[in-house]
Amino acid sequence: MKVLTIARALNEALDVALEKDAQVMLLGEDVGRTGGVFRVTDGLQERHGAGRVVDTPVAESGIVGVAFGLAVGGMRPVAEMQFMGFSYPAFDQVINHVSRIRNRSRHRFTAPMVIRIPYGGGIGAAEHHSESAEAIYAHTPGLKVVVPATPYDAKGLLLAAINDPDPVVFCEPIRLYRSVKEEVPDGWYEVPIGEARVERTGEDITLITWGAMTTEVRGAATALEAEGVSVEVIDLRSLVPLDTDTIEASVEKTGRVVIVHEAPKTAGFGAEVAALIAERCLYSLEAPVRRVTGWDSVFPLKRSEHQYLPSVERIVRAARQTLET
Amino acid sequence: MRQRLTPSGGVEGDPPIDIQLTRRLYRAMVFARTYDRKGTALQKQGRLATYAPFEGQEAAQIGAAAGLQPNDWVVATYRDAALMWAQGYPWELLFAGRTGDERGGSPPEHVPVMPPSITVGGHMVHAVGLAWAEKLNGTGRIALTSFGDGATSEGDFHEAMNFAAVYDIGCIFFCQNNGYAISLPREMQTRSTSIAEKAIAYGMPGVQVDGNDLFAVYEAVHDAAERARAGGGPTLIEAVTYRIGPHTTSDDPKRYRSDDEVSEWKRRDPLERVRIYLSERGAWDEEWQATIEAEAAAEIDRAIELAENMPPLGPGEILDAMFETLPPHLERQRAELLENLT
Repeated sequence: MKVLTIARALNEALDVALEKDAQVMLLGEDVGRTGGVFRVTDGLQERHGAGRVVDTPVAESGIVGVAFGLAVGGMRPVAEMQFMGFSYPAFDQVINHVSRIRNRSRHRFTAPMVIRIPYGGGIGAAEHHSESAEAIYAHTPGLKVVVPATPYDAKGLLLAAINDPDPVVFCEPIRLYRSVKEEVPDGWYEVPIGEARVERTGEDITLITWGAMTTEVRGAATALEAEGVSVEVIDLRSLVPLDTDTIEASVEKTGRVVIVHEAPKTAGFGAEVAALIAERCLYSLEAPVRRVTGWDSVFPLKRSEHQYLPSVERIVRAARQTLET
Repeated sequence: MRQRLTPSGGVEGDPPIDIQLTRRLYRAMVFARTYDRKGTALQKQGRLATYAPFEGQEAAQIGAAAGLQPNDWVVATYRDAALMWAQGYPWELLFAGRTGDERGGSPPEHVPVMPPSITVGGHMVHAVGLAWAEKLNGTGRIALTSFGDGATSEGDFHEAMNFAAVYDIGCIFFCQNNGYAISLPREMQTRSTSIAEKAIAYGMPGVQVDGNDLFAVYEAVHDAAERARAGGGPTLIEAVTYRIGPHTTSDDPKRYRSDDEVSEWKRRDPLERVRIYLSERGAWDEEWQATIEAEAAAEIDRAIELAENMPPLGPGEILDAMFETLPPHLERQRAELLENLT
């Protein structure tokens, strides 16, 4: 056991995977010589060689499309997009090929690959560097979509993703890369894809979130508990497949739900969660489901980020309204 | 433009393949043409979905496959049935795909051919990845990706060529320049004098051959394949050919090209020049022609029967190949689907 940040935990996962499985290789812009723009792949090229940790030309569609060919050819590629806004040029490959080859060939060809995508704002970055497009990937049939929020989950989910027989879009919350630390086991372990994590149990209200927003939700839960509210917090961890059982059990218990995400509101993944609750446990609800999300705006630049990002206060306010209904 | 077999059946230099192989490839071209004409006929009867004919491109496709080893990868398009078949893809599965059945995209385990790409250009990077995997695993296998002149304007053409060259990947970029991308003539697709010359910018060899010349295509692909296998990296081959038919059965080519142009290209028929060549060497006669045409008709008819007799996917099976194991949400959707079918 070592105390690690999310960035280091991901680095360990990749190191362990490269060590254990000769078919694993990493591809991406600047992943080798500089260890990636967020240093997640730091030192891995030195340890495993330039043939397995590959600095690619600046070509996102090519990175994903070539990784796809490698995967069909028996390799286990892990492709890195530098930022979520830079993953859009690769959409064609992801949506038209990566997610479909198993169905197109009725299981004859498969693409067991991972696409790592740092996502989310709050670091005052340039345009295109702060996107949260997880709903677009979640809307694409044939992909698994995973979003870790803790170092333990980051390592365990990444190893599970690398070991998965199907393509996994692995969203890494940029803001949490170095802000959360915890003890992480050595060696290979997996966190199953498709299981939510109940971060704290409570009786009065359920806060559902994932990825970067877990920090704000944790703050809101602590503030609400100080007021005597018993709060349950669910970190979904995996958007596809979604752990509906955990959501359902919690809603049946508390009857009140606030969903929190950083992505824009309209057709965000929160809408899917709200619809599932309506379909599966409407009669357990004591109040309407509320969403605290980013706005339907372009992610603002540094000086206006605070207007966009859901804050502890916004979440607490929404929770109070839900509790008062 | 490199030419080895002229339209009148004359040979430049020594023929690159012997008479027996030439006869086999001629027979394959007859099979390909039979399949292709049947495809158009069946579409007109409403038995196939949209069909994209390749008549006129038989030498390019059969010649290219002949230049490969049987286990080399082929990553091709919806107009490449002859190329895919020549590398092992069964006719009945090519038909099955066109009847609207996903199982047409599932060749037998030993066949190193991907299901045809329907989007234009995106598949070229897949071939680079496949060839790279083979290189890493030291199998000696390479990949050939086939595409049209239109696809060279796609961004993935650039990304694939660039990746392959940077990493010395054993991938052959095989362009069948058939003159048109649906309606857009080759001259409006690119200001480059040839497509082959685009190779220079990527630091790889580019070769332009007469795509209706079986010998020239075979030789170019064979040489590129041997070079790739030896670690020499990628090659771009431009096979200059012509699509005699429409883009697909839903297109009227009279709107964008003249009958005279089509007639001119029919005089450069890729089968006819091989026939003359064989005939002049006593290796072709009417009787053999009748025999192989009958064999082709029988094999293609059998393939249609197999494809049409495949029962459709069973209830709920459209969900079964989304993942290796059906996740809970798809289990629920499957149950809902079944409920609604009864």
